[in-house]
Amino acid sequence: MGFPQVYDYPPGKADWSASGLSMEGTLADAPTIGDAARQDVPTCAPAEKVGTARERVREAGWDRSVVVSKEGVVLGLLREKELAADPEATAEEAMRNGPTTFRPDEPLEKMAKRMRERGASAILVTTPDGKLVGLLSREDAERLAAKTSKFW
Amino acid sequence: MPKQAFRYEVSELLDSGAQLVEVLPREEYEEEHIAGAISIPLKAMDRKTTAGLDREAPVIVYCQDYL
Repeated sequence: MGFPQVYDYPPGKADWSASGLSMEGTLADAPTIGDAARQDVPTCAPAEKVGTARERVREAGWDRSVVVSKEGVVLGLLREKELAADPEATAEEAMRNGPTTFRPDEPLEKMAKRMRERGASAILVTTPDGKLVGLLSREDAERLAAKTSKFW
Repeated sequence: MPKQAFRYEVSELLDSGAQLVEVLPREEYEEEHIAGAISIPLKAMDRKTTAGLDREAPVIVYCQDYL
């Protein structure tokens, strides 16, 4: 169309918003899933034994662990079923590969509704380049969305 | 072919007068967009809808994220 200088910004508005830069629009100030995700979700390295990870997860009062790389990129998930696997297996061998993840700038109330409709108990929140932000439970999403419904 | 810009380059380009265009559907733009961006949905992008852009200044296009 005759524009000599065109740039593509592939990480897009999810990256911009996740970096705390200025946004505009009707939902720009509404709570996001990044605000509500719990950052204390247990994590483990791919080479960690399932038995060790399980112990740590239970001591922390959780029922799952996120398998992350050294850089914090989400590789997989150990849910109750995977945590009950052979304790000598590595997290990488037992994990559920490539869990679905969502970006932190997604509006919280929309996500709470989506999780309820789809029966999802929790979702993983990551940056656009896949680094773990936290885990959002449906319980937290619904509770916090109800508190902040003035935005809707 | 467009060049890829990283976040810090987008900031620099905007400081030097670049124009920022969100190509997502209008409804998504209205909900949330990068401050200062204008909306030209990809499906509606043509000579007429881009007529308001300055051809001498850089144009940065973006959508939601990589996915």
